[in-house]
This record gives sequence, C-alpha cells and structure tokens, in this order.
Amino acid sequence: MVASEPAIALTGVSKLYGGRPVLDSVDLAIAPGSFVALVGSSGSGKTTLLKTINRLVEPEAGHVAVEGSDVRGLPPAALRRRIGYVLQAIGLFPHLTIAENIWIVPRLTGAPGAERDARVAELLRMVALPGDVGRRYPASLSGGQAQRVGFARALAARPAIVLMDEPFGALDPVTRDELGRAYRALHDQLGLTSVMVTHDMTEALLLADRILVLDGGRIVADARPAEIARGHSDARVRALVEVSTRQAARLADLVAGR
Amino acid sequence: MGEALAELPALVRAHLGLSVAAVAIAVVAGLPLALWAVRARRLRGPLLAAIGLVQTIPALALLALFYPLLLALGRVTALPIPALGFWPALIALALYALLPIVRNGVAAIEGVDRGAIEAADAVGMTRAQRLRLVELPLGAPVILAGIRTATIWTIGAATLATTVGQPCLGNLIFSGLQTENWVRVLVGCAAAAVLALGADLLLGAIEAGIAQRSRWRLWGGSGLLAVGLIFALLPGPSRPAVVVGAKNFSEQYILASVIRQKLEEAEFHTDQRDDLGSAVAYRALAAGEIDVYVDYTGTLWANVLGRRDNPPPARMRAMLAAALAQRDGVHLFGPLGFENAYALAMRRDRAAALGIRTLDDLAHAAPHLRLASDLEFLSRPEWRAVAAAYGLRFADQRSYSPTFMYRAIVDGSADVLSAFSSDGRIAALDLVTLADPRGALPNYDAVLLLSPKAARDPKLVAALRPLVGSIPIDRMRAANLLVDRDRDKKSPAEAARWLVGR
Repeated sequence: MVASEPAIALTGVSKLYGGRPVLDSVDLAIAPGSFVALVGSSGSGKTTLLKTINRLVEPEAGHVAVEGSDVRGLPPAALRRRIGYVLQAIGLFPHLTIAENIWIVPRLTGAPGAERDARVAELLRMVALPGDVGRRYPASLSGGQAQRVGFARALAARPAIVLMDEPFGALDPVTRDELGRAYRALHDQLGLTSVMVTHDMTEALLLADRILVLDGGRIVADARPAEIARGHSDARVRALVEVSTRQAARLADLVAGR
Repeated sequence: MGEALAELPALVRAHLGLSVAAVAIAVVAGLPLALWAVRARRLRGPLLAAIGLVQTIPALALLALFYPLLLALGRVTALPIPALGFWPALIALALYALLPIVRNGVAAIEGVDRGAIEAADAVGMTRAQRLRLVELPLGAPVILAGIRTATIWTIGAATLATTVGQPCLGNLIFSGLQTENWVRVLVGCAAAAVLALGADLLLGAIEAGIAQRSRWRLWGGSGLLAVGLIFALLPGPSRPAVVVGAKNFSEQYILASVIRQKLEEAEFHTDQRDDLGSAVAYRALAAGEIDVYVDYTGTLWANVLGRRDNPPPARMRAMLAAALAQRDGVHLFGPLGFENAYALAMRRDRAAALGIRTLDDLAHAAPHLRLASDLEFLSRPEWRAVAAAYGLRFADQRSYSPTFMYRAIVDGSADVLSAFSSDGRIAALDLVTLADPRGALPNYDAVLLLSPKAARDPKLVAALRPLVGSIPIDRMRAANLLVDRDRDKKSPAEAARWLVGR
C-alpha cells in the first residue's frame, strides 16, 4: 500500500503561555480518514494542539501542514472555513435561525443562496433532526438538539477535516452516547478525518481508531484503542485507562449477577 | 396660552431637529469610539474618563463655552464660523450625548456571549464579519439602550440652547420664567416632556423588537420614529429673515417684538434670537448673526469699550456711535426715548419713615439696611462708582434674579434694591428711586443698534426710523408692567402691540 500524504502534519510544534510550554516540540501525522482522539487531563495541551491546526492558536515554533500545505500560507479565516469545527460551548448564534446557523460557512464563502434550503434539509436529516427545526431559533432547542445543529454547521461546507473540542462535554450521558455514535457513523459514511479533544477515556476508546495521550505538552502515548485498553507501558496512560476498565468490569459483574 | 401654543409647532420642530442632529452625531462618533475602546484596552480608561469629564460640566456652562470657542476659531481661521445659534448648541449637546453611547457600546460588545465569539472565529469569520454578523446584532439592544438614554438627556438639555440663541422649547421656559408667565413655562416643559417620553417609548419598542426578534415592534417603532424625524428635519418655511436679538428680560422681549412688528409692516420677514447675554448680544450683532437689537449706552460704554469714566449722556452717545462704527461697523441708530438706568430704590413708606430722598441720605442709614441686587450689579463698575462716591456700606448684600429681587423688597427681606428706571414695578409696587446728586450713576439710554449689513439696507433703516425717540419712559414702564404684573399678564407681543398701537 502506498503511504498517502497525511491530512494533518505537525513538526516540532511548541507553544508557550506565560513562559511555560503547553506544547513541547510535538511531532504528529494524521492519515486521511482516521478518527483521532486527543486525551489528557486539564492543562495537558490537548486543546492547544487542536487549535494550532486551524490557527486559532499560533505556535511559537514548528510547522503545521493541512493537506500538504503549511497553514501559515493561508489567511486564517479561509483556512478555518475549509475545516469543520465543533465546540463544547456549542456556540450557535442566538440571533440567527437554525437554517442560518447551519448555512453560515457557505454564506461566508459566498455559496449561492439558492442551494441553501436543500443543503440545510439534507444536513438536518444527516444529524437526525426534523426539517421544520430550520425555521426556529437556537433558544428553543435542547442541548442535544443544539449540538446536532453544531455538527450540521461544521459539515455544511463539506470539509474533509473536522476538529472537535470536547463536543459532548456539555451533554447528558444518554445524549452523548447517542450523538457520539451518530457522528462516528457520519465520519465513516463521509470519509472524514476527525480530531476530537476529550478528557473522557471511555469516549475516546469507544469512538476513535487512534488515541493520543498528552501530558505536559508532550505525546506520551500513541496507539490503537485496543492496545491502550490492554495496558500501556506509561503509568499515566494506565491510570487514565484503569478508571474506564474498572468501571466496565464492575458493570459486567452487575449484569452477570456476580 | 393661545400664544404659547401658536409658537409651539415651530419650536418643537427646531427642538427636535437640534436633538436629532446632536444624537446622530454622537452615534456616528460614539460607536467607532466604543469599538476602539474595546480593542485598545489601555486607552479605554482615559477615553471613558475624558468623556465622563464632559458630563460633569453643567450643560448650561458647556453651551456657553462653545460661544467664545467658536468665535475664536472663526477669528483664527478667518472662516465664517457661526458662533451663535445652531452650531454651538449642536456641538455641546452631541458631546453631552457621547457618554451613554460610548459606555453602552463598550458594554454591548464586551457582553456578547463568549461561545458565540469563539464560534465566529472557529467558522472562519474575519474580524469585520464577526463585528457585523455577530457582535453588533447581539449587542444591539444594549447599544440602543445607550442611544435611548442619550436621546432623553439631549431632549431635556436642548431646552438650554435658547441661551446661545438657538430657538427651542427653552424659549417658552426661559421667557416664561423671566416674565413670570407660568403658562409659557408649563407649555414648554410639557412639550419637552412629551417629546422625551415619545422618543423613549419608540426607541424602547425598537429595542424590545430587536431583543425579542419581534418584527412587528421593530418596524412599528422604526416607522413612527421615521415620521417624527421627517417632521423635524423637513426644511421649514425657509426665507431670508432679519434676525432681531433680545436679552433675557421683559423689556427686551417687548422691544424685540416692537422691532419685528415695524419690520413686518415694511414686509420684511423676521426671526428672533432670545435670551442672549449682554456680551453675547453685542458680539453676535458685530458678527452679523443678529441684525438689530436694543442695548443701553452705559452697558456698551463699560462692557464693549471698557471705559470707566462717566461723560454726560449726549456726549457718551456720540462717542459710542463713532467708536462702534469705526471698530465693528455697528451702527448706533438712535435713542428710543427712554432710559433704563441703574437706580437705587426703596419702598415709599420705608424711605419716608427713614427720611431718605437721595443717595447722600441713604449713605447715612445704609449700615443698618439690606441691599437686594440683580445678579450683575455688584460686580459692575456702576456699583463701585456709586459706592465710592457716596461711601455706601450696607449691613447685607444679596443677589437675586430680577423677579425675585422685587419679591425680596415687597416681603421686607431687603430695604434697598438695584432697580431699573424703566421697570414697571417701580410705580406698581409704590417704590421711589433715590436721587443721584453727585452724578455717580452713568446714563443708560436705550438705543437701537444695527449690524453692519442691516445698516446698509435703506429700506430696513427707513422702517425702523419712526422708532427713534418714540418711547417715553412712562410708556415703557407701563408696557413692562403689562408683562411683569401678577394678574392679567400680557405676553411681550401683546405689550408690544399696545406700545406701538396707541
């Protein structure tokens, strides 16, 4: 098999906040079509890493390339319109209807307005929302519905790459499981490259096909979920995984009546 | 009442036009300032402090400050900058309206939900797009609340514009206050209040319309507001007019009205600038912002020429006429026939009881007596002259606005007052003016003054010529009394008709 060009490549990326490194010379290549989870505790640098990809954060050193080209060669706004982005805060614009919210990136790129209604309807179907939601305002939606709209907005301009910053963080457990699986299905169906930041190892293990564990601005583990789950050489990684496996074992015992 | 109501539409228009223009300027200047303050955090403190400082200056003082400022600017730049009327009022009110607009502007942008800002950046909006598509629409209710506050303040403060010669609802209030015509005061206040409440209501509806996304309220409010604006800003019956000036007391209102009646008989269009201060009135005439007004020889002698000496009346008038013509091109047209001089007066019964007939007699009794003066008198050279000539020392000296000065002598809280010899209240209140055997008080012949331009108009000069020497002191006193008395008050215009129509 021919090694294809990485969708996202970081070389020696460092970022300082107040003299303290939050990213310490990170090297990383993400293959097209992969679903990568960035896991770590608060302050590990996972969100900063995600934001260097679409220039929401500018690193002090190193290079970031998206689909082969250095991101510094592109105006930040143009770069971000090419990449889907989902926020923990959801961040729907409260003064715009759902349809206007979903259509915001095509509007910014000057897509013909005539295509709007059909595309919005298609996206609402993709995220399993009824078509009449488009006319409503964000305030009338539940948290889960709003984040479905958040996903639809991220996908509206048909990006190849989607970045997610704790996308399920604000949702209740049932909704986050449902929405996580729904997005994983879209990822496969649309052939996306997805990068998701989460502090929840279980979520990462169940959704991603590659897990990066960050600590102190460095990647301390980079492996498939099964390898991570079976036990890793790094104690910090094992500690993160153990919480999930111990809970799973206890649940399995409960179910089996032991 | 009827007369005040007849003046109302023109004054409401002028008032609204001025207020709207001032708020519009404040919005156009204030919103960019607010955006700048949001971006440049270090400048925000000093900027808001400077704007707040403007707010601490009393509105009346701020208005007054722009007169000399614009005058000096006009002199330095040699441009025809109007120092009186619309422009100084506009600038002062716009500055005044700035604070709530800038402060709310900053709060509006800063108050926008962080999630929406983060999302705006993440979906690839440029800074300008973020401002236009997210920050301004979401901050609009708060920005509008600032504009609303500014509008209400401005409509209130605009009543003060009459003091720099800009017609507004303040004309009714100030002239009503001077002539104790409370109906005029009430009509002026009520109209200003209705305008402010109306503007508040409409802007409130628009604000709520935006906040609740109710198109009905938004468009309803905007529509009615637009109708009001069109009413205010449509050019009124515009035509070249002779502008008659008046200072801020009854006699001046009456004489301005007399002059207008004479001019209109000669088919001139006329306009009036009320409530001008002494120094402002003369400089406005010299600058051609007003065309004609009545001043008094002693005032011009001391204030305009800065002279301290006291020549006999005819000589003073001749020297004045020559000096004003030569220096400013102002034409001293001629005396009206009466004098409005400073005199010291007492109640007749009190003067008789104390045996006081002259200022010499007064000097002996003064250490036990209280003096009530108008606001200017004690700082004027006349007072220094008369006090020095007779060695006057009173037990107590207080300054009042003219109306309340007379109240003080009637109710016995003062014994002596600085009266004006043409004041109708001298006869009405049974006061006596004290003789001035040493000739210390200068004379104050009422004289018509014409601006350089008006003096070159033979038709205008001819129309006003009959006024010269036509108003004897007893007629002027009677006309003043018609306006100043408590019962059956006449308006200045009615008194003027009585004065010329005998």
